[in-house]
Amino acid sequence: MSDAAHAHPGHHTHPTGIMRWLTTTNHKDIGTMYLWFALIMLFSAGSMALLIRTELFQPGLQLVHPDFFNQLTTMHGLIMIFGAIMPAFTGFANWQVPLMLGAPDMAFPRLNNWSFWLLPAAGLMLMSSFLLPGGAAAGGWTMYPPLFIQGGISYDLTILAVHIMGLSSIMGSINIITTILNMRAPGLTLMKMPMFCWTWLITAYLLIATMPVLAGAVTMLLTDRNFGTHFFNAAGGGDPVMFQHIFWFFGHPEVYILILPAFGIVSQIIPTFSRKPLFGYASMVYATASIAILSFIVWAHHMFAVGMPVAAQLFFMFSTMLIAVPTGVKVFNWVATMWKGSLTFETPMLFAIAFVCLFTIGGFSGLVLAMAPVDIQLQDTYYVVAHFHYVLVSGALFSIFAGIYYWLPKWTGHMYDERLGKLHFWLSVIGMNIVFFPMHFLGLAGMPRRIPDYALQFTEFNQIATVGAFIFGFSQLIFLTVVLKTIRGGAKAPARVWEGAEGLEWTVPSPAPYHTFEVAPVLSK
Amino acid sequence: MSLAQTGKYYLPQPSLWPIIGSAALLLMAVGGVMILREIHNGGWVLLAGVAILFFMMFGWFGEVIRDSEAGRYNKQVDASFRWSMSWFIFSEVMFFAAFFGALFYTRVLSVPWLGEGDTMQQLWPGFKATWPTAGPGLAAEGYQFTPMVAWGIPAINTLLLLSSGVTVTWAHWGLKKGRRGQLIMGLAMTVTLGSVFLGLQAYEYHHAYTEMGLTLGAGVYGATFFMLTGFHGFHVLVGTTMLIVMLLRSIAGHFTAEHHFAFEAVSWYWHFVDAVWALLFILVYWLL
Amino acid sequence: MKGTWQSGVGALALVGSGTALADYAYNLQTPASGVAQDVFQLHNLIMLVCLGIFVVVFTAMFYSLWKHRKSVGHQAAHFHENTTVEVIWTVIPFIILVGMAYPAARVVIDMKDTSSPDMTVKVTGFQWKWRYDYLNDGIGFYSNLSTPRQQIDGTAVKGEHYLLEVDEPMVVPVGKRVRLLVTANDVIHSWWLPAFSVKQDGIPGFIRDSWFKADQIGTYRGQCAELCGKEHGFMPIVVEVVSEPDYQAWVAKKKGAAQTAAADHGRIFEIAELMARGEKAYQANCAVCHQENGMGLPGTFPAIRGSRVATGPIADHIKVVMNGRPGTAMAAFGPRLSDADIAAVVTYQRNAWGNKMGDLAQPAEIAATRLRVAKASATQ
Ligand code: HEA
Ligand code: HEA
Ligand code: HEC
Ligand code: CUA
Ligand SMILES: [Cu+2]
Repeated sequence: MSDAAHAHPGHHTHPTGIMRWLTTTNHKDIGTMYLWFALIMLFSAGSMALLIRTELFQPGLQLVHPDFFNQLTTMHGLIMIFGAIMPAFTGFANWQVPLMLGAPDMAFPRLNNWSFWLLPAAGLMLMSSFLLPGGAAAGGWTMYPPLFIQGGISYDLTILAVHIMGLSSIMGSINIITTILNMRAPGLTLMKMPMFCWTWLITAYLLIATMPVLAGAVTMLLTDRNFGTHFFNAAGGGDPVMFQHIFWFFGHPEVYILILPAFGIVSQIIPTFSRKPLFGYASMVYATASIAILSFIVWAHHMFAVGMPVAAQLFFMFSTMLIAVPTGVKVFNWVATMWKGSLTFETPMLFAIAFVCLFTIGGFSGLVLAMAPVDIQLQDTYYVVAHFHYVLVSGALFSIFAGIYYWLPKWTGHMYDERLGKLHFWLSVIGMNIVFFPMHFLGLAGMPRRIPDYALQFTEFNQIATVGAFIFGFSQLIFLTVVLKTIRGGAKAPARVWEGAEGLEWTVPSPAPYHTFEVAPVLSK
Repeated sequence: MSLAQTGKYYLPQPSLWPIIGSAALLLMAVGGVMILREIHNGGWVLLAGVAILFFMMFGWFGEVIRDSEAGRYNKQVDASFRWSMSWFIFSEVMFFAAFFGALFYTRVLSVPWLGEGDTMQQLWPGFKATWPTAGPGLAAEGYQFTPMVAWGIPAINTLLLLSSGVTVTWAHWGLKKGRRGQLIMGLAMTVTLGSVFLGLQAYEYHHAYTEMGLTLGAGVYGATFFMLTGFHGFHVLVGTTMLIVMLLRSIAGHFTAEHHFAFEAVSWYWHFVDAVWALLFILVYWLL
Repeated sequence: MKGTWQSGVGALALVGSGTALADYAYNLQTPASGVAQDVFQLHNLIMLVCLGIFVVVFTAMFYSLWKHRKSVGHQAAHFHENTTVEVIWTVIPFIILVGMAYPAARVVIDMKDTSSPDMTVKVTGFQWKWRYDYLNDGIGFYSNLSTPRQQIDGTAVKGEHYLLEVDEPMVVPVGKRVRLLVTANDVIHSWWLPAFSVKQDGIPGFIRDSWFKADQIGTYRGQCAELCGKEHGFMPIVVEVVSEPDYQAWVAKKKGAAQTAAADHGRIFEIAELMARGEKAYQANCAVCHQENGMGLPGTFPAIRGSRVATGPIADHIKVVMNGRPGTAMAAFGPRLSDADIAAVVTYQRNAWGNKMGDLAQPAEIAATRLRVAKASATQ
């Protein structure tokens, strides 16, 4: 093989069949694998949610044993976050970052492949733990000791799975950061690159800063469980609450890891369908950075009920409230982008609009929770469950749907079925609100979270929520149908799929060829 | 803005190594859990995983070295390596930060809480919050240990590591000026210093376990002591191994004065390990 | 919390809470203490501010969605920044937040002030029950869920206070500042009583305090609010607020009962008596894990029926029950149960469900074991 040939890998033969996927160093292949993995995990964890909701349809124990219920809750949370949402965003980054930057691929294609293939290993460990004696881990996705110290084999397996997923995230993030910092087409300065790249740049930074901290926290759990250390045991001078501090030092930035890429996707979509440039690009960048920086100093708002000193309580309350300012800037900028645009409402835009509106509801309930005295009433109730599903489902998940509809034509070369897409949208928005809106009332009225059975006065709202969950859950089969149909065929998509779309990804043909930008593009503007 | 483009990018071929690495980690995790839960043959599963991991590292790094020697890495790739190594070290810093955070939290907050007010009166009567401590429960059971003092082996180790930082820099100067003798000499000295450090550390651990009653189970002091110094020691081990590889590659004549990022990466890593030790020495050993 | 905002908000609060008649199912529970009242008002205030901002922002957005549609021929404008408005919509939210932070901070400070209590109760969370120790009156007792399992499994009709009822409620006098010292024995629990706006995690090994002053006589119900394992949903909290004389009468009754129990310690029991007592103690303390039929839950809680411990030397059996198995859910019951109860439960386990050991333990043996353990740790 000559060196010249190496510089033009497009002219090589590639392994086919399964080997193509196992050995691939192509960002598009890897992005595709991430997205399929995420979808499988979404359906698995979603099925767990449907089981949870079925048990909660009426008071009393009907379907599952309380311990199994806790296993479902724990795995639902862990798999949704680490298995569905994060890999989906990484899938978007893999597909779009090189295309948007005019780079031929990610900076480290082999490492990229490894980052992906660690995930199925971890997913396997988590899912198989249901089959082990004692069942899966049942201590909540937050893994608080001493409860998490009590369990059996699955708890160790879960900890190691978290390690592996963390490793995958760190390597993936190093790759994305390096790509963004070092692989931009000549002339594409940082302040000119698409918003999606900015949000991922900052997300990757958050990941690199916090994933190792999570690794440290669960390592201490592992040694407390198995090697006789006393990090979280007062008899040895440790403190169970210390785990919570370390966990949430990771955990709070983590929730912005789950939303910043969503902000990025929405910031691509809204200008396209408003046919108007993104309003306040620079302030968007600064807002994103401020959110990231603030996210490191607010963690203890998850712990207002542990009994912190007054000063700490006040500090964390104020700093948390402050995050509403940069987030508000983003919301206002999106509205201003739509203002006096020339709007059309294709499915990606519909999801993006719903995102702005419903995410804000979730943000406001977050702000209510940020008030320490009010949080003391609401901590560990369904109000919190309502809050984070508004930001995670109608936030993160909706942005993923929006992004898929937006870029699928670019990836497959076919237009999706607009009618089915709209049907999916409407059922999802309606279903989503039926599931999660009543949960606010449940929480206010005093229903704790993570319980398999409840007092009689909570019955009606739980029944409504369960009905909504089935509407929402089964609407996702429509989504699956649309995706499969689009891959199989459909109207041919042009290079610039959307009339108002701007950016390098729209200059390459649809579907995007296996190798793009082997020679750096020349920017027209 | 990124580097001036040469117009061509370097793209590696499809590779089997990553999937092999995933299999290795899966086996290691499963084997590790089997050992912890006393399931038969866990040791073999773990060993298989480790063996495969080493096989993968040899293969993968070998490929990278061959690509590098064939001159396929242009300036852009070099810059990517620099960025990625910096971010990797940052992630390591954050990993240690978790444990330093635990040390800070217990020393400054939770141990004092255990020894005052209602917590002490109701739950741990008579407990005096001092540092180092094995904690109120273990103290009540009569658990005793001797803390590690700074001015013995730890002080010597500090000297060793600090001078190894100097020798590796000296080696780097040699490399930049094209003095291969100095390069090899400097690397050899660094490797020696690292190895002696590890030997002393092993001796210190042995002493702690057998004679001082200082174990992982010796309350938060023991836990933070061994986890911090242990993870650091592990990093020294990895660093020393990488330095040995650099030494062998230098002897094989791999690096040029302009093109030697692998060497630089290892020396960055070594300096990072050095800096962590300095913190450890002050916070874990010295300020008792 | 007597700010000027209060009265204005009060009227709107009724709107925010649906109708006051609808049992507040759309808002926080009816407050029954001063702090809870403040929290209630604070929540209403913040809800209304958020609602206001929401209406303003999304009226603008939906107006734009309607007016600036391409289908009605709207042409896109080209502006994409405006420093003035961007500064305005950074500063105004900030000011609003400061306005919210001030009243919130005052409530925080009030909640955290646990000084000068009229009485102090230590509350300990166990898997899965609560224990109350009245430090001033020297009484203490456990409080268990009293809803019958049949109601939970759906074989009996559920009662009015399904899952929110206990065998022994916490009793406090009305209008007194009650300071709570909250802790836990095994894992983290959280003592939550919505009507008083108290939620305090019990951290094993640490005491964290909180307080309330109940305004009115009545029965108030809450639940454990921190995931604590399998029965987390089944460890309710009931506080009965009574008049001062009723409270004194209750204290006297409790003290009397404690004396009768103490008398059991020196007695020699018949096996039938122990079996009957043991069955009760087993159902109250062990059956949640080891199950009523002694079969446990495979993989999580071992069966007692046919277990090597329960069919082995009795001394080892007693030791497991008294000391537990550290690092597992099997807690040390030595400190929790009386000598007679331990003797009874051990006897019961050895002779129930087909375990036919025929031997029995007497309270005196348990007392002797306690003594040995105490000596051993003193000489170490
Ligand atoms: C995508 C994920 C995501 C996001 C973006 C957020 C965003 C926010 N969250 Fe949330 N949160 C979670 C995911 C997320 N959260 C999860 C998963 C949990 C539970 C974990 C667990 O326990 O299992 C949680 C729990 C949680 C708690 C702890 C609750 C408890 O357990 O007691 C708190 C408390 O402060 C909180 C606050 C906030 C705040 C203030 C924001 C802010 O960032 C919101 C900011 C946005 C807005 C405010 C709206 C837009 C702004 C404007 C229109 C401007 C004008 C507004 C004003 C001036 C008011 N969150
Ligand atoms: C991004 C994250 C994410 C997402 C998308 C979701 C989605 C959903 N969540 Fe979840 N949830 C969490 C993150 C998330 N959740 C977290 C972190 C927790 C806290 C965990 C803890 O307490 O530790 C939690 C907890 C949680 C609870 C509280 C449990 C408890 O406290 O006991 C509930 C209860 O209703 C719930 C419900 C749902 C529902 C109905 C959905 C729906 O949106 C799901 C929709 C369903 C699908 C998308 C699946 C579609 C499947 C089919 C149609 C069946 C076909 C099946 C096959 C082909 C196999 N979630
Ligand atoms: C919170 C759950 C829980 C409760 C309540 C509980 N146990 Fe256990 N018990 C366990 C667990 C878990 C084990 C297994 C410990 C291990 O893995 O070694 C166990 C083990 C035992 C054993 C040893 C069985 C064997 O074969 O190893 C005995 C005897 C026992 N318990 C008696 C009791 C008695 C008596 C009570 C009540 C007074 C009780 N347990 C209450 C969880 C519980
Ligand atoms: Cu006790 Cu939950
Ligand atoms: Cu948070």
